Amino acid sequence: MYLNKTLYATMLAAAMSLPASALMAADLTVGMNAEPSAIDPHYHNLGPNNAMAQNIFNRLIEQDDKQRLLPGLATSWKAIDDLTWEFKLRKGVKFHDGTPFTADDVIFTMERAVNVPNSPASFVTYIKGKTASKIDDYTIQFKTERPYPLMPQDISNVPIVSKKHGTGATTADYNSGKAAIGTGPFKFVKWVPGDVIELTKNADYWGDKTEWDNVTIKPIKSGPGRVAALLAGDVDFIDDVPPTDISRLKKEANIQLSQGISNRVIYLHMDQFREDSPFITANDGSKIKNPLLDNRVRLAISKAINRELIVERVMEGVAVPAGQLLPEGFFGVSPNMKPEKYDPAGAKKLLAEAGLPDGFKMTIHGPNDRYINDAKIAEAIAQMLTAIGIKTTPITMPKAVYFKRASRGGPDNSPEFSFVLVGWGSGTGEASSPLKSLLHTYDKAKGFGAANRGRHSNVEADKLIEEALATVDDKKRSDLLIKATELAVGQRLGIIPLHYQVNTWAARKGIVYKARTDERTTLHLVSSTK
Amino acid sequence: MSVFIIRRLMQAVLVVWIMSLLVFVGVNIVGDPVDMLINPEADQAEIERVIKELGLDRPIHEQYWFFVANALKGDLGNSFIFNQPALKLILQRMPATFELAIVSLLMAIVIGIPLGVYAGLKPDSKISKTVMATSILGFSLPSFWVGLMMIMVFAVMLGWLPSFGRGDTVPLFGIEVSFLTWDGLRHLFLPALNLALFNISLVIRLTRAGTREVVHQDYIKFARAKGLSQNRIIFVHLMKNIMIPVVTVLGLEFGGLIAFSVVTETIFSWPGMGKLIIDALQNLDRPVVVAYLMIIVVLFVVINLVVDILYSILDPRVRLQDLKG
Repeated sequence: MYLNKTLYATMLAAAMSLPASALMAADLTVGMNAEPSAIDPHYHNLGPNNAMAQNIFNRLIEQDDKQRLLPGLATSWKAIDDLTWEFKLRKGVKFHDGTPFTADDVIFTMERAVNVPNSPASFVTYIKGKTASKIDDYTIQFKTERPYPLMPQDISNVPIVSKKHGTGATTADYNSGKAAIGTGPFKFVKWVPGDVIELTKNADYWGDKTEWDNVTIKPIKSGPGRVAALLAGDVDFIDDVPPTDISRLKKEANIQLSQGISNRVIYLHMDQFREDSPFITANDGSKIKNPLLDNRVRLAISKAINRELIVERVMEGVAVPAGQLLPEGFFGVSPNMKPEKYDPAGAKKLLAEAGLPDGFKMTIHGPNDRYINDAKIAEAIAQMLTAIGIKTTPITMPKAVYFKRASRGGPDNSPEFSFVLVGWGSGTGEASSPLKSLLHTYDKAKGFGAANRGRHSNVEADKLIEEALATVDDKKRSDLLIKATELAVGQRLGIIPLHYQVNTWAARKGIVYKARTDERTTLHLVSSTK
Repeated sequence: MSVFIIRRLMQAVLVVWIMSLLVFVGVNIVGDPVDMLINPEADQAEIERVIKELGLDRPIHEQYWFFVANALKGDLGNSFIFNQPALKLILQRMPATFELAIVSLLMAIVIGIPLGVYAGLKPDSKISKTVMATSILGFSLPSFWVGLMMIMVFAVMLGWLPSFGRGDTVPLFGIEVSFLTWDGLRHLFLPALNLALFNISLVIRLTRAGTREVVHQDYIKFARAKGLSQNRIIFVHLMKNIMIPVVTVLGLEFGGLIAFSVVTETIFSWPGMGKLIIDALQNLDRPVVVAYLMIIVVLFVVINLVVDILYSILDPRVRLQDLKG
C-alpha cells in the first residue's frame, strides 16, 4: 500500500511537471475538431482548409479577430476609379525558402486559384470578374467590368502561393510539402491524414513572430475526446468545446476558456413562393393556401419564439439572441433592429387578423449534426409555435441528407420543405453576404439568392442589395445594406433570425487565445502568459 | 480440397458483385455530396460546375457502369473530398486498424481462454463466478461509453495512459507499426482493450461452455485414468476439442473488429479506416464509402474461407465430408 502511494505520487508529480517542460520548449499541441482535406490552399474553399492555410500562407489583406481588414502582403489598397483597384505590396517579404515575394506571385496565384483540377469548391467565388495586372514588382491592379466594392473582402480570402514552387505543382505536391512554401508564420513539416499535422516556426516572418517553435495539430473529432485530451494534458489547446462541457471546464482551475460571438446566425426560412406548400395543412389535414405568404403570419411566428429561453435552456447560455443577419460591430448592421420580443398574445392576435385564429399544421425541418444543438432548437421552436396554435412537428436529419432536400429536393430542383432551420456565416464579415445569398430573389443568371431556401422575393430589397454591391463608397454602401436589412428582415420577414452562435476554445492555464468571429483557430495568435 | 476452394471462390465472386450493386445504389440515393463540399457562399454556377465535375449529373446506372468498369481495372474511384484514389486512402489507414484489431484479438485470446478454461474446470469457485458475472458487463455495456470511461479514469484522473491517438511508429517490412515502441504501446493499450472487451467476454463464455462439456467426456476420463498429467489433459486433449467454436467465432469476429472499430477509433481518435469511413459517411464521400464497404466484403469472404480451411485441418471429418460431396 505504501509503495503504491509513493508510486502514485511520483506519477502525479511527473504528470504535473509535464506542462512546465513543454512550456520551456515552446511547443504547442492542439486538438482540433476538423481536419483540412488538403494542404493545397486553393484546392478546397471551405472552413477547415482556409483556417489551416492561414498558418502557412498569407493573403494580400488579412482579417482580424472581428473580420476587419488588416494589411497583409499588401500594405495599402484603394479604388483608383470605380473599375480599378490598386494594391501596393509589402517589400522585403521572403517565402519559406528565401525567395522574395513579388507581384509575379500574386498574378500566378490568381491564375492558379481558379484552375485547381477536381477542386470540390473553388476560389472562383472570390476571383471571378477580376483581371489582375502587374504594374511593377510591388504594385498590382485589379480591373472589374462593373463597379465592385467587395474587392478587398474577396481578396482577403485568397492565400498567396509562390510562383517558383507552385508552377506545375499539383494538390499532391502541396500535401507532401514539396510545394507548400508560403510566406506565413509557420513552415509546413508534415501531414499524416487523420493523425497529425506538424508545423514549425518561420523565424524570418515579416509580421509578429509566433512564440511557438513547433506546433502539432491532432484531429480529434469527438467532442468529449477533445475535452478529455485537454484535461489529461495530452494537448494544450482545443477548439469547438461542446456546450455541455463548458460549465464543467469553467470549474477546472487549470483550464482557461475563450469565448466569442461568431458571424453565424441561426435562422428560419419560410416557403414564400408556393400557394400550396407541401408541409402545411389546415388543422383537419385538408389543403389550405400557404399562410406563410402572409406577412402577419411570419411576424406571429417570430413573436411566438422565445429566443431568450432557447439561448438559456437549449444553448446552455452559449449564444446571443439575434434580431438581424450579423451581430453588432459588423459592417452593414442596423443599429435599430433588436431581437423580436417574445409575445405569444400578440402572435395569436396576428394569426386571428390573418384569418387563422385556430392556427394550422406545419412541419419544421432541420439538420441534426450541422449547428450547435440544431435538432434541439427545432424541437423547441415546434413547441413554442404549437403553443400559439400552429401545430408544428419537428423533423431533423443528418446534414448530408438535409441540405440537398432543403435546397433542391422538390420538383424542378426547388426547395422541398416549407419551414426550415438553417445557419449562415458571413465569410466577408459584412451584411452583403447573407443579403445576397439568402434574401435576394433567386436568380441563377446573376448568381444571387443561391441559398434562398424560402425563395423570399422583394423587388425593392433586391434593388437595394444590388445597388449596395455596386457602391464602392463604404459609408454609402453601409447605409444601403442597413436599409436592405431593415426592409427584407425587419419589415418583410424574409427570414426569422434566432440567435448568433458563440464559439468556445479551451486551453490549459497559461495559454490564451482571442476568440474569432470567423470560427477559425489561428495558431500564431495563440500566446502564452508566461 | 481444391474443389471445395473453387466452389467457395465462385460463391465469393457472386457475393461481391451483389454487394457492389447494393452498396453503390444504396450510397448514391442518399443525399447529395455537393452540399457537403461547396462553400456555402458559392453561387448557382459554381454548384453546377461541381455537380458536373463529380459526374453526379449522370443517371445512376451510367455511374454504376463506370464504377464497375474502373473497379475491374483496380480503380475504385477518387475521393470527392481528397481527390486521391479511394483505395489508396483506405490502404494508408489500414495498418493502423489492423494493428488495433490484431492486438485486441490477441487480448481476447490471452485473457479469454485461460479465464474460460478456469471457469469451466472450477465452476463453483468464487473467482469463476466473478469472471462470469463480469463477462456479462463486457457484453452489455455499450463500447463508446466504456471507452469514454476508460479515458476518464486512466487518462484524465490517473494520468497513466494517453487519452487519444496513435503513438510513435517504426517501419516494419515497409509498414508503419506502433506496437514496437513504448510510446506506441501506451497509446495502443486503451483502444485495443476497449475493442477487445466484447470478445474477451465472448471467448470466456465459449471456452467455459466447451470445457464444461468436454471435461465429462469419456476420453478425458480415460486420460485421467491413464494417469496423464493435468497439464497434458488440459492443453492437449481438452484444448484441442474446445477450440473449433472459438476459432470460428474469432475468425468472424476479426472481420467484425475491423469493420466495427469505427466506434473505438472515433472515441480514441485512432487514425484508422474506421475514422476515415465515419468522416466519409458524414460528408457523403461516396467513392470512399463504396470502396471501404467493398474491401470489408472481400475481407469477410476471405476470412470465412480461411476459417473453413482451418476447420478442415482441425477436424478431419469436414475434409472427408467434402470429398464425398
